[in-house]
Amino acid sequence: MTVPLRPPRRLIEITVDGEAVRVPEGDTILDACAAAGKDIPTLCYGDTLTPKNACRVCVVEVEGARTLAPACSRKAEAGMVVGTATERAKHSRKVVLELLASSVDLSTTPRAAEWIDEYGADPARFGPDAATVAQPAKVDNELYVRDYAKCILCYKCVDACGDQWQNSFAIAVSGRGFDATISTEFDAPLTDSACVYCGNCVEVCPTGALSFKTEFDMREAGTWNEDEQTQTTTICSYCGVGCNLTLHVQENQIVKVTSPHDNPVTHGNLCIKGRFGFQHVQNVGASTDG
Amino acid sequence: MDLRFRDAEPTAEERAAIDALLGGPESAWEGGARTEDDLRFAAHPAEDRRDQLLPALHAVNDRVGWISEGALDYICRRLTVPPAEAYSVATFYSLLSVEPRPPRVLHVCTDLACQARGADAVRRDVESHLGPAGTSWQPSPCLGLCERAPAALALQAGENPTATVYGPADFSDISSFDRLSPSAGQEEAGVRPASIEVSPEGTTARSAVAEVRQEVAGVHLAAPVPPEVGGVFGEVPVRAAVPQAGEPGLVLLRRVGVVDPASLDEYRAAGGYAALRRAFELGPGGVIREVLEAGLVGRGGAAFPTGRKWEATARQFDRPHYLVCNADESEPGTFKDRVLMEGDPYALVEAMTVAGYATGCARGYLYIRGEYPRAIRRLEHAIATARARGLLGEDILGQGFAFDIEIRRGAGAYICGEETAIFNSIEGYRGEPRSKPPFPVEKGLFGKPTVVNNVETLVNVLPILEGGAAAYAAVGTGGSTGTKLFCVSGTVRRPGIYELPFGATLGDLLTLAGGATGTLRAVLLGGAAGAFVRADELDIPLTFEGTRAAGATLGSGVILVLDDTVELPPFLLRIAEFFRDESCGQCVPCRVGTVRQEEALHRLSRRRSAGDLVVLREVGQAMRDASICGLGQTAWNAVESAIDRLGVFAEEAS
Repeated sequence: MTVPLRPPRRLIEITVDGEAVRVPEGDTILDACAAAGKDIPTLCYGDTLTPKNACRVCVVEVEGARTLAPACSRKAEAGMVVGTATERAKHSRKVVLELLASSVDLSTTPRAAEWIDEYGADPARFGPDAATVAQPAKVDNELYVRDYAKCILCYKCVDACGDQWQNSFAIAVSGRGFDATISTEFDAPLTDSACVYCGNCVEVCPTGALSFKTEFDMREAGTWNEDEQTQTTTICSYCGVGCNLTLHVQENQIVKVTSPHDNPVTHGNLCIKGRFGFQHVQNVGASTDG
Repeated sequence: MDLRFRDAEPTAEERAAIDALLGGPESAWEGGARTEDDLRFAAHPAEDRRDQLLPALHAVNDRVGWISEGALDYICRRLTVPPAEAYSVATFYSLLSVEPRPPRVLHVCTDLACQARGADAVRRDVESHLGPAGTSWQPSPCLGLCERAPAALALQAGENPTATVYGPADFSDISSFDRLSPSAGQEEAGVRPASIEVSPEGTTARSAVAEVRQEVAGVHLAAPVPPEVGGVFGEVPVRAAVPQAGEPGLVLLRRVGVVDPASLDEYRAAGGYAALRRAFELGPGGVIREVLEAGLVGRGGAAFPTGRKWEATARQFDRPHYLVCNADESEPGTFKDRVLMEGDPYALVEAMTVAGYATGCARGYLYIRGEYPRAIRRLEHAIATARARGLLGEDILGQGFAFDIEIRRGAGAYICGEETAIFNSIEGYRGEPRSKPPFPVEKGLFGKPTVVNNVETLVNVLPILEGGAAAYAAVGTGGSTGTKLFCVSGTVRRPGIYELPFGATLGDLLTLAGGATGTLRAVLLGGAAGAFVRADELDIPLTFEGTRAAGATLGSGVILVLDDTVELPPFLLRIAEFFRDESCGQCVPCRVGTVRQEEALHRLSRRRSAGDLVVLREVGQAMRDASICGLGQTAWNAVESAIDRLGVFAEEAS
């Protein structure tokens, strides 16, 4: 795939954990850390979205700053001295993971368990009565499910639905503080909202709070098995745009559809047809009957 | 923008309230009745009026008491805002409701200053009369009526919305609640639409006299309500909040309680608008130089040098520049800005004009918290009068300088006092803080260079210009120049706003306020985000550097006195509850951390445990280090100081 070249940018030098790193001007600390081979945990960061820096799990210590800085959004500045694994940074990451894991179901969040282990986080320390966001999953349509017991309020779905990608504005954050949730107006069901079922919110959800109905049902039934799934990237056949689809197939059935984020045209976004219109591929009985 | 609506329709009343603010709809494209003409042309390009969202939500809430789906949808059609986003904004503010509720709602302050003076009893009385909280009454964070604690505020929706202030509130006999409800007759006499009508000179000049005649402590409707504060009942003269009123040597308070706050002539006769004339002589650069040399720093809590902020904004090439006056005073125990605005509103208008002139702004936004009905009406009146006299508008004092002020009313959110959250709130978004950098001087309101100043900070500019920077800096200490307003409340003999030169000690101030009513136990300096000091630390100098050296903060000038009748653990619990309620929810350390801290304090007040103290400390550290804004970063300060300095929870912890 041809990726258009970006205009050349001046290189600046910053120090990451004592090591000099040269990055193009305008890059974030996270980009610099990646260049230096550092693995910084991120949750609310999305490679196709403007950083919201809400989860604060990527915080690093910048020399001379009063507070820690979110690596995902803070721009690298020449001469900046960054510590990714200082005591303060590790402490904040540990506590953030504890706060999240004690209030939200992170069972389907990729790498959450690994980070909790790595930082020595103990979510149980807040006791059995610690408040959580537990609530029943919202199943109000045939295509995708909103299980807000798994929502860390990263704002990514809101941004993907709103002016960053889809411009549907079907959902927003409602309420305030710990009671805040992602919601349509007056908590109307999706079928009665501005949702166009592009599924671009599902594409960016970092925790599995938003998932294909197929995946949700298979998980409920205990038949979801990622190890047995294959992923095949192909081209959507519905129209002439040529969006790339990655078909996730388990036992010869398409179980969900994603799209490569590095596609220079669509950046991982699809429409309802590409995202959810895969039943006809496997609806063999119906076609022979017809 | 292609918006999708459900089928809800506004009632005629809701529609009228919204049209009164926005004007009638021009076509079916923005919510009007559909005609054949609408089919022959496409919508006008949507004009960006998103910043009218909060005023429109207020309009409905003021008229009906709550915002129905039909009303919300109509607002969205009028302003081209997606309904999900408007709903997200409406549910952010505690004074707005998207659930049906009666037109009259009583807000009972349960916050720190009131808690120290019997708010729990008031709350129990209200509960026994009106039932559980939720619809006809709700517990409220600090109402800024701390000198009259315990306080309550009833907001009555209707065609002429009214507010009734109760302070000190006593609902042991519920008829006191009914008695103060404005009856029809009073409404006719006292209520005038809060907008913008300059009263004829004769009535305004006498209003102060009428107001002073009102009994300070007695029941409060004896005298007619002055027209410029129409619709506000139960108030006492502002003089009652300023024990020093009329004393010589006052600078910021010199006109409060002395000069009729409704009369521009009296304001000018008492030295008003001399500073603006001086500013025009000096030129914008000269004004900034004076403010820099005077050493003025912000009085809202962060103590940033005002002159540097002005200079940085003035230098920006990007235009227009905006001025925002932060009058969203919500720090528990703070009421100085309310007293300034109620007692000397023209001073703020003049100071904003000077600030606009110095920093190259043609428009200033005055963001006043919604819980301050009298301050809002006083400023509306003052701005309208100044405009009518050529002191605001296209050509101020014939100097060719154009500047005007627009009032924006908050709707119940402490976080909107944060300097970037206030931008989002004015722009019609949720009042969530933005990440810095970029800083407001570069990209602030509407993405333009913006200078944000607190009310008290701005009012300080007047004496700087009147007497010169050197004279101003001669008062106070090297690091803290000028005078400072202190909000003295709690269990103290004479609560109120005091003005002292920087350098006086905490003990001096307490002596002035008559001392604690019982044996002094502790003083909370700087509000819920501040720190406790012990009764044996009264020699702390009340300066920025002095409090910092003592490990405390001056914050917004809160001096909350606690004697031995106040139990500390419930007091700390209230601080934690305050931050839990007021966290915007954007970042994890604050959203979940404030909940975990409150839970730990609940457990600690039942049973001491070393583990819970560790939880408090570790979560507190992460909130301080990793939260986006000052709310989360300081939420743990006061509780930490209570544990470390006062030894709360120490005795049995093992």
